[in-house]
Amino acid sequence: MEIPRHWRLKKQRYALIGEVCPYCDGKIFPPRDVCPHCGGEARNVYPFSGKGTVYSYTVMQDAPAGYESQAPYTVALVKLEEGPVVTAQLTDLGEQAVEIGMPVEMVTRKLREDGGAKGMLIYGYKFRPVGLGPH
Amino acid sequence: MGDVIIAGIGQIPVGEHWDLPLHTLSTRAALAAIKDSGGLRPQAMYIGNFAASILSHQANLGALLTDHAGLTGIEAYTVEAAGASGAAALRVGYLAVRSGFVESALVVGVEKWTDRIGPDLEAAAALAEDYDYEAMTGLTPAGQAGLLMQRYLHEYGAPRLAFAAFPLLAHANAVNNPYAMYRKAIRPEVYENAEPVSDPLNMFDSAPYADGAAAVLLARTSGLPEGYAHPRVRISGSSVAVDTLALHDRPDPLAFEAAARSTQSACRQAGILPADVDFFELSDTFSIFAALSLEAAGFARRGEGWKLAQDGSLALGGKLPILTMGGHKARGNPIGAAGVYQIVEAVLQLRGQAGANQVKNARRALVQSLGGPAATAVTHVLERV
Repeated sequence: MEIPRHWRLKKQRYALIGEVCPYCDGKIFPPRDVCPHCGGEARNVYPFSGKGTVYSYTVMQDAPAGYESQAPYTVALVKLEEGPVVTAQLTDLGEQAVEIGMPVEMVTRKLREDGGAKGMLIYGYKFRPVGLGPH
Repeated sequence: MGDVIIAGIGQIPVGEHWDLPLHTLSTRAALAAIKDSGGLRPQAMYIGNFAASILSHQANLGALLTDHAGLTGIEAYTVEAAGASGAAALRVGYLAVRSGFVESALVVGVEKWTDRIGPDLEAAAALAEDYDYEAMTGLTPAGQAGLLMQRYLHEYGAPRLAFAAFPLLAHANAVNNPYAMYRKAIRPEVYENAEPVSDPLNMFDSAPYADGAAAVLLARTSGLPEGYAHPRVRISGSSVAVDTLALHDRPDPLAFEAAARSTQSACRQAGILPADVDFFELSDTFSIFAALSLEAAGFARRGEGWKLAQDGSLALGGKLPILTMGGHKARGNPIGAAGVYQIVEAVLQLRGQAGANQVKNARRALVQSLGGPAATAVTHVLERV
């Protein structure tokens, strides 16, 4: 198990907490030490809205260890409305076909387990089509 | 400063070597390269490897692999850059010999992949990604390629089945390569009916991961043995460039900018344009990578790399042959070793030793290895002297 690693990522995984650059106003997710837009020192907290659109997507058939029970699952590049793109699973799709440009919103879901049945459940962001009602 | 000559080459068949450990794979390729050079003794050994630290529970490969090759005592260590590890090790060997600090350097790419199966291997392959923000979603390198292909089809309207041309070409060329994993041509129907891996990518868009080892021995012209037996092939350009690790951090993920920059830099060193090469050993880890690499190198406009594959331009007798011995798709993809296989294959072509797959009058080659979706790109220009 990697408890410190998952613990220190909790703000990003549970709430999409990123940064806004004090020099160029660029939005940054995940947080970094150096702004990828201007090279300045990044440090101001900025919560993202969790709204975005699908930039690309794929359906994973051959899952890596820890994800076998979820296969097949859809992973997307989601362009957040503030600018950055994140990689995330799409969830709650039902029969809905995924399309590039489709509006999606962040929800919190189980990503996987770490350490088997007596281990830890790792939660984090996934995205679902907008308009499905309460999370 | 003398030319750096690829004095010796060695390779073992790519495949599932359940009977052979990591060090035997490496030693066989290393000894073959030493023999091919006419018996040069290397002063250093640079190892390209990706996954031994988790799949073989083995790090510190410099000590292990020199020991087993009978070379204990020389400088040796591993260079890691995912699928470009072998090519990055060649870059280190080139710098060492070119600088004069090392007279002769052995570069070995080795990968022991098939000691595990299925999900463990998918997880190992995902080491090449950003662990916290890509791999944690369950994405693998095949998934990254699927994301790229989906976006490519969307942006450029390329016909989905056009990508069949890359694996078909690779398989056709591997028929005559005794070191290839799949020496069998495939029919278009086989491609069309292949199982999806990471939709829209299918099984035949993906090069099979495998075991393998290949080696080259570098020396300066003045260091070649008397009566050196082969036409001399020198490294005239060598460049490593990187991009963001995560695909999602790139403004334009379809651009393969690291591949573009390393191609330009290697060609500038060689005093040539990419169009001046006789063939291009690119990395067809996934078929979409072949199209994007052709575009990044400037052989096709953005969105049109797939078109080159449709009219025979990339076949052995075409304007720009690629994957001349089968590429990653049909030779097989021993990840950290793949880059050295590409170099060995290019040297065979430039020496005129490529047999039935000989590219006529091959004098100059562009060879490019990618770590991840061009997160790292290593490009070399090789020339017959």
